[in-house]
Amino acid sequence: MITIFIPTPLRRFAAEQAKVNVNAKNVAEAIRSLTSIHPSLTPYIYDEAELIRKHVRIYLGEDDIREKDGINTLLKEGDELSIIPAIAGGSF
Amino acid sequence: MRQTLEEIKFSKEELERYSRHLIIPEFNIEGQKRLKHARVLVVGTGGLGAPLLLYLTAAGVGTIGIVDFDIVDYSNLQRQVLFTTADVGRPKVEAARERLSALNPFVQFEVFNTRLDSTNALDIISQFDIVADGTDNFPTRYLVNDACVLAGKVNVFASIFRFEGQASVFNYLYADGSRGPNYRDLFPTPPPPGLVPSCAEGGVIGVLPGILGSLQANEVIKVVSGVGEPLAGRFFQFDAAEFKTRIFKISKDPENPLTGENPTQTELIDYEFFCGIDLTHTTMHNAESNGQLSVTALNDWIKSGKDFQLIDVREPYEFEIANIGGTLIPKGEILKHLEKIDPHKDVAFLCRSGKRSQDVIDLLQMEYGLKNLYNIAGGILAWADEIDPGMAKY
Repeated sequence: MITIFIPTPLRRFAAEQAKVNVNAKNVAEAIRSLTSIHPSLTPYIYDEAELIRKHVRIYLGEDDIREKDGINTLLKEGDELSIIPAIAGGSF
Repeated sequence: MRQTLEEIKFSKEELERYSRHLIIPEFNIEGQKRLKHARVLVVGTGGLGAPLLLYLTAAGVGTIGIVDFDIVDYSNLQRQVLFTTADVGRPKVEAARERLSALNPFVQFEVFNTRLDSTNALDIISQFDIVADGTDNFPTRYLVNDACVLAGKVNVFASIFRFEGQASVFNYLYADGSRGPNYRDLFPTPPPPGLVPSCAEGGVIGVLPGILGSLQANEVIKVVSGVGEPLAGRFFQFDAAEFKTRIFKISKDPENPLTGENPTQTELIDYEFFCGIDLTHTTMHNAESNGQLSVTALNDWIKSGKDFQLIDVREPYEFEIANIGGTLIPKGEILKHLEKIDPHKDVAFLCRSGKRSQDVIDLLQMEYGLKNLYNIAGGILAWADEIDPGMAKY
């Protein structure tokens, strides 16, 4: 079982869940499982070319998957993924 | 002439004021001297800027620069604790300077009552040692980041949205002269417009910027005083809803256009364009021209008894605060309710400021080829300003 943490801005597209458990061998599979459970998340994670959007980072534990094998990074039982989108608020 | 660090002296009053710093063994009078010697620029005097400015002023930073172009508004007071009700209508930098000078008369303030943009950012930022970014939109986030990298300044960053907080120290200068990662290493490009609403559209829990802005002030004080381990090369995430905090590592992106292996950017760019924001949508105010309908023209439509459809694309809780009637279909549900849009009439779309309604029109025109769609420029805020001053603005 892999746990994916959903950031607060995206929770309304994931039935208000803070985390979602999936079964997956690698990061790509895990994110695909997530978007098949919660299809409304899809445009917030993938761009038109079906690549992870550049303003969204995926972390395995505390490490950016970019520093590993990207979406092909292998996962093991109990791993935790975090999705981090850019947010810009602060002044208004 | 700027004093050197060695020339910094304190009066009896200052020593008493800062005594709780001076008795921290790691901080002591050396840390306080560094604070007094420092020139810190705070960009934005809003939700993050308020605690930042209050704590940096109280702590005894020698010179604080303040940049903002805005006027204090009633809707600011829920979180911008720098201002009082009496400040509504005043320029934020003026109200801030007055409040902060009263808090600590030993601090010098340099205010810039202007919008930071590509023409002035390098000039303003170069006058300071360190920058704290408390702005509220992607174009200015990238502008501040790029200007800090180009000018060689540390950028202490925090950002918030509804229940989410993020913080980091970008472009940190290590003892060996190397620099830490910057914002573009984390987020190479901004989200497409419309995918992430601003706080003005999306809302924010009032105390959240207080928490993040205070963390930001703490990082500024650490970087200036050299005490502790700054949040450089790391990224802090706070989920205020679940009370969960996480820290992630930030690595350098070899494709960073400023600091990557093959840098392609050596100056500031047009950040509105970079963020995909087309200003023509928001600057049209006269009209029925180009699909834009001014609130005056809308009022004429209503008064003349014209047969048209008004669709409000805001959320139900916004509609409750202020509305001018019409059919309520929130932006996110528009495709589910296409049948409610009358193809045989002129249809005017309303939101808070005119942005969401334009997004809806762009979608309906592009995807469904609908015609006779009008965007009410300036939204219900313009209606409150120009037609019905008794209406609540939010």
